[in-house]
Amino acid sequence: MSEKKELTSEIRAATGVNVNRCYQCGKCSAGCALNESMDYPPSVVMRMLQTNSAESFDKTLRSQSIWLCASCQCCIARCPMQIDIPRLMDYLRARALEKKTVNRNSKKIVAFHRAFLDSVKYTGRLYEVGLVVGYKARTLSLLQDLSVAPRMLMKGKLPLIPERVKGRKLVKKFFQP
Amino acid sequence: MKTGFYPGCSLNGTSPEYAQSTLALSKAFGITPVEISDWSCCGATAAHNLNHELAVALPARVLALAEQQGFSQILVPCAACYNRLSVTQHALNGSEEQRNALAKTLQMPLSGKLRILNVMQFIEEFIAEKIAEKIVTPFAHKVACYYGCLLVRPHSVLQFDRPEDPQSMDALMAKIGATPISWGYKTECCGAGFSISRTDVVAKLSGKIVKDATERGAEAIIVACPMCQSNLDMRRPHIDSYLKMKTSIPVIYITQAIGLAVGISRKELGLEKLFVPAKNF
Ligand code: SF4
Ligand code: SF4
Repeated sequence: MSEKKELTSEIRAATGVNVNRCYQCGKCSAGCALNESMDYPPSVVMRMLQTNSAESFDKTLRSQSIWLCASCQCCIARCPMQIDIPRLMDYLRARALEKKTVNRNSKKIVAFHRAFLDSVKYTGRLYEVGLVVGYKARTLSLLQDLSVAPRMLMKGKLPLIPERVKGRKLVKKFFQP
Repeated sequence: MKTGFYPGCSLNGTSPEYAQSTLALSKAFGITPVEISDWSCCGATAAHNLNHELAVALPARVLALAEQQGFSQILVPCAACYNRLSVTQHALNGSEEQRNALAKTLQMPLSGKLRILNVMQFIEEFIAEKIAEKIVTPFAHKVACYYGCLLVRPHSVLQFDRPEDPQSMDALMAKIGATPISWGYKTECCGAGFSISRTDVVAKLSGKIVKDATERGAEAIIVACPMCQSNLDMRRPHIDSYLKMKTSIPVIYITQAIGLAVGISRKELGLEKLFVPAKNF
């Protein structure tokens, strides 16, 4: 019982969201554009969190859903209880990273975010070529996506030289825990 | 009043035509937004996916720089940046403790009172009134106004337009002689930041948008977000193979559309940079 109480209150303390307010109307899942690609629709993730069992919680942390959520905010806009699912998804992602339970089929998504942030960390701004190189190194998907690069270059949409922000030292500091 | 300009990484990299057309349009109406000096990335989707603190600190630096450089309002044409900056300012205004701590780290002011304008708000405020007298070639086309997610949601924070069936872009397009269609995908997600990591998801979500616009007879999709634009435009080969049909509807920035109507050259508006050509405009 004590463990039961802990999970939902832990979530509430970290995110401000009381998962028990969800009454399973399903509106969030009906409107979620990513629903079809997810393993658990958003309302099911809500239900899993409500059960308060460590096992269900762990399942959400291993799901694809949390990585496929695009933070489009459609669910909260339509939820009759205004439950902040996108905020919950952020929280679940952080926990999954911490516990190293990132879904196997979602590793590319995480690799992309990491490569993106690496680029910002060192220069202060996104450097697209560095992002793609970093992403490919992380995912070993060397040939994927090279088809658009030449046209992007031709149209001046792929700068080859990174810009460096003067305040980048401070920016880099933000990355340290 | 000096208006700051925050291009953000997309306008600075993969979507230069959005920056170009925004500045060309401003100039035509006698306004010169000034680029915020030494701006850095807002963190985009990546930061709030992986690191909550970073997702606040990165936008906070931009807000603080703008304040330090004496701007009381900034124009942020990228919908994703507009969203991140607005959400961050809102969050910091809810926690004085966090705001003060960040101001200290940044060693810059962070009053939380900056006006953050998206491109429609900017056009409404500085340009809309004078459009009629400047029109050279009316934009006489059927268009699908596509807002995406980040301009209108979360409504409680952004307080811009309405979260379902928004109207601001439709109204502006009507002002230049266009006929905005009524359709179902105005604020449906295009697949956002999954362009590289899950191209299949983008093909599907953007595919539905392109299909509905096409089937309802729109001649162009009008956008105000570089991420939406590149998903709908640059990913067209993937979209077409998902839809199993060849689509040819171009995806044009609102600043380009208005620019064309008031006689700015195609080159200045960067029209040749679109992947799906906008030949008939
Ligand atoms: S819309 Fe809200 S109340 Fe309904 S199932 Fe989803 S989270 Fe629960
Ligand atoms: S924010 Fe996430 S869960 Fe909610 S509708 Fe969008 S993609 Fe689905």
